[in-house]
Amino acid sequence: MSAVLEVEDLAKSFGGVRAVAGVSFAVAAGELLALIGPNGAGKSTCFNMLNGQLRPDTGRVRLAGRDIAGLPPRRVWRLGVGRTFQITATFASLTVRENVQMALYSHAGRLGSMLARFGGAFVAEADALLDQVGMRAQADRVCGVLAYGDLKRVELAIALANAPRLLLMDEPTAGMAPRERGALMGLAASLARARGIAVLFTEHDMDVVFGHANRVIVLDRGRLIAGGAPAEVRADAAVRAVYLGGSA
Amino acid sequence: MTWSSILIQLLNGLAGAASLFLVSAGLSLIFGVTRIVNFAHGSLYMLGLYGAYTLIETFGRTPLGFWSGVALAALLVGLAGALIEVAILRRIYRAPELFQLLATFAVVLVIKDIALFAWGPEDLVGPRAPGLRTPVEIFDKRIPLYDLVLIGIGPLVLGILWLLLTRTRWGTLVRAATQDREMVAALGVDQARLFTSVFFAGSVLAGLGGALQIPREPANLELDLSVIADAFVVTVVGGLGSIPGAFLAAIMIGVAKAFCIGIGTVQWFGVEIAFSKLTLVVEFLIMGLVLIIRPYGLLGRPPAQQRHSGEPAPPLVPPGWKVAAVWLVPLLLLPAAGDRYLVVLATDIACFALFAASLHLIMGPAGMVSFGHAAYFGIGAYAAGLLFKRAGLPMEAALALAPLAAGFAALIYGWFCVRLSGVYLAMLTLAFAQISWSIAFQWDSFTGGSNGIVGVWPAAWLASKTAYFYLALAVAAGGIALLWRVLFSPFGATLRAGRDSPLRLEAIGVELRRYQWAAFVLVGALAGAAGALFAFSKGSLSPSVISIALSTDALIMVLLGGVDTLTGPLAGAALFTWLRDEVARRTEFWRAVMGLVILAIVLIFPQGLVGGVKALVARWRRARA
Repeated sequence: MSAVLEVEDLAKSFGGVRAVAGVSFAVAAGELLALIGPNGAGKSTCFNMLNGQLRPDTGRVRLAGRDIAGLPPRRVWRLGVGRTFQITATFASLTVRENVQMALYSHAGRLGSMLARFGGAFVAEADALLDQVGMRAQADRVCGVLAYGDLKRVELAIALANAPRLLLMDEPTAGMAPRERGALMGLAASLARARGIAVLFTEHDMDVVFGHANRVIVLDRGRLIAGGAPAEVRADAAVRAVYLGGSA
Repeated sequence: MTWSSILIQLLNGLAGAASLFLVSAGLSLIFGVTRIVNFAHGSLYMLGLYGAYTLIETFGRTPLGFWSGVALAALLVGLAGALIEVAILRRIYRAPELFQLLATFAVVLVIKDIALFAWGPEDLVGPRAPGLRTPVEIFDKRIPLYDLVLIGIGPLVLGILWLLLTRTRWGTLVRAATQDREMVAALGVDQARLFTSVFFAGSVLAGLGGALQIPREPANLELDLSVIADAFVVTVVGGLGSIPGAFLAAIMIGVAKAFCIGIGTVQWFGVEIAFSKLTLVVEFLIMGLVLIIRPYGLLGRPPAQQRHSGEPAPPLVPPGWKVAAVWLVPLLLLPAAGDRYLVVLATDIACFALFAASLHLIMGPAGMVSFGHAAYFGIGAYAAGLLFKRAGLPMEAALALAPLAAGFAALIYGWFCVRLSGVYLAMLTLAFAQISWSIAFQWDSFTGGSNGIVGVWPAAWLASKTAYFYLALAVAAGGIALLWRVLFSPFGATLRAGRDSPLRLEAIGVELRRYQWAAFVLVGALAGAAGALFAFSKGSLSPSVISIALSTDALIMVLLGGVDTLTGPLAGAALFTWLRDEVARRTEFWRAVMGLVILAIVLIFPQGLVGGVKALVARWRRARA
C-alpha cells in the first residue's frame, strides 16, 4: 500500500507559541486515520496546513508524491482532496442537488458560463452521489432548511464530487445526535474503502474513533505522542496520562 | 513652501481634524456597540451647527453665550440621537442589517427637511468665537486663536473618552459589547439602555463636532452627506470601532487636506496640477491605500465573529414569461393613454429600474453591498455626454459606448472592492463614487464642473417623448433580462454560493474574487447604460448623477422592493420614482414625506414590499389549505 498523503516534520508557530512542532505521519489509500488529542493540542492547526488554509513554517505535505504545502485551498482541491468542515459549510440558498452540482460544475471547469442555465448538467452524477449518502429523496429541498445531520451528509456528497484521493474530515460528527454519529462515520468508512480513498479525520467522540479508524495518532502540545492500531493506542500509557492526567 | 507656511498648514489641518475626530468617534462608538452604520450621523452634525447658531444668537455673542450655546447644542443633539434610537432603531435591531441602514437614510431625509423648515435654505454664517477672535502670530503668519483651542479639544475629548471607556462601568460594558454583543446580552445586561446611552453619547459627539465648527464654516443643508462621507473615510481608515484609530485618521486626513489647499496650483513637468481642487481625491486616495495595506484600518481588527447574522437568504425563483408579460404589456400600451407627463415619468422609471436591477444583482445574490453605485450610472451618463458633445459622436454611438466606459471604471474600482467584504466593502464603494463625483465636480474645463453638460439631446428619430420611451424600455428590459439570465447561469449560481459560504466555495476549487470582479464589471456596464439613457432623456447632466444621494436612492429602491426577490427592485424603482415625483410636486418638504414613508415601510414590511406581499400571500394560502 503506497501512501496517498505523507506529512513530514510539519511545524507552525503563532507568535511564540509552537502550535505544531515537527509532526510526521502518512495515510494510505483506503485507510481511515484518526487524529486525536485534547483541546489545544494542535489538531485544527495541523488540519488547516493540510488543506491550504494555513502555510506551514517548515515541513512538507506530499499528496501522491507532490508537495502541496502552502497552496491555497482551491488548488489543493483541484489535486484531489475533498473536505468537510467542523461546522458544516453548504450553500444555504441552493437545493441539495445544486450544492453537489456546484462541485461537479467546478470540477469540469464550467462555472464561468454567464448565459447557460445552471442545473441542466450533471444531474445523474449528482443524484448518484446523493443516493450514496442517502439524501436523494431530499434532492430538491433547499439546504437552508435541512436538519444538521442531513447537512453533514450533503457535505460528504460534495466532498466526494471530485473523486478525491484524500478526504479530510474535521470533526465529522460534531454537533450530531449520538445515534447518527456512528451511522455517518460508518457511511464515510464504507465509501472510502470501496473507492480506495485515504481518510484523515479529527474527532472527539472516542466511540467513533475506536469504532471506525484503522489507525490512530495522538497529538499533544503540538507533538505526536503515540500512534498505531486503536487497541495499542488505547492501552498507551502516555495517551492515558494526557487524557486522564496523572504521571505517565 | 517655507517652514513657517508648512507649520501654518499643519495647524490648519489639526484644527480641521478636531471636528472630524469628534464626529467619527461618535460614529465608531455607535457602530461598535449596535452594529448600525448610522447614515444620519452627518445630519446630527449638521443639527449641531444649526443649533449652535440659533442658541448663540439667543444667548448673545459673549464668551459665556458662545460656549453655553455650543454645549447646549451638543446636548440637544444627543437627546435627538437617543430619541431616534428609542423611536425607530430599537424596533429593528433584529431586522437585516440593510434595513437598519435604510431606516437611517430615512432619518437623513427627515432631518434635512426639518432643518430646511426651521432655518431656511440660505447658508447661515455664525459668529466668530468671542474672546478668541484675535489672531496669534506664529513666525510671520497669523492664525486664529480659536483654531489653537480646537487643536487642544481633539486630544482633550480623546482623553475624556478614554477615561470613560476604561474607568467606568458603562465604558466596560461598551467595550465588552463592541467585542461580543451576544455574550453581553447573555450576561443579563440591559441592552436597550446600553444602546440608547451609546446613541446619546455618539450623538453628543456629532453635535459637538458640528457646534464647534460654527466660527469656521457656515451652516448649510449639504453638510449632512458630505460630513457622513468624511466620517466614513475617517472611521474606515482608523478602523471601525477604534477611537484612537479615528483620532489618528482624522489627523492624517485633516492635515493632508490642509496641505492640498496650502500647496495650491503647482507646475510639474509643464503640467498644471491644482492641488486645492484635489482635496476630496486625496482623502479617498488615503483611504484606498490604507485599505489595501491594512484591510481593517490602521488600528482596526478583523470583525468579531458573529454567531448568526439573520436568516440565510431564501432561494431565488426564476421569473417566467408570465411575469415579464404582466410588466411589459401595460408599459407598451402606456403612450396610447396620451399623457405626455406619464410617458416622461415612465422613461425615468425605465432608467432607474435598470439601475436598481444592476445594484440588486451585486448586493442581493452576490452579497456585496454598494454604497456608491451611482458611480457607474454617473460615469455612463458623463461618458455619453462627453462623447456626444466633445468627441462629436452621433447619439447612438455615444449611447452604445457609454456602458463600456462605466464597465471600465468598474473594472478598476472592482479590483479593490472584491478584496474586502461587508461594511468595509460598502464604504470603499462609497469612496470610489465620491472620487468620481469630485472629478466631475472639480474638473471644470473638461466636465463642465458644477454646471455639468447641456445640450445632450437624442437623435432626430428619437426626439419625440414616445419614441424615446420605447428606446428606454427596450434597453432597460434587455438589460434586466440579461441580468436575470446571468443570475441563473453557472456564473450566477457561483455568486449566490459565494454569498452563502465563501469557505465552501474555496473548498470546491473556486476563486470567488474573480467571479465577484466580473460581476462588478457587468453591473457597472449596465448601470452605465442606464445613466446614458437618463442623460439623453433629460438633455443635460450635472454631478448629481454621481452623487451619494443618487447612490442612496438606488439602495432605497432595492430595499423598498425587497432584496430577496427579482421583481422587487423594479417595483421599488417604479414606486420610489413615482412617489418622489408626486410628493415633490405637492410640497417643498418632499424629502421628509419620503423619509416617513420609508420608515413606515421598514417598520411594517421588513422584507420589502414584494417580499411582504409574498409573505402575506403565503399566509393566506396556508390559511385556506
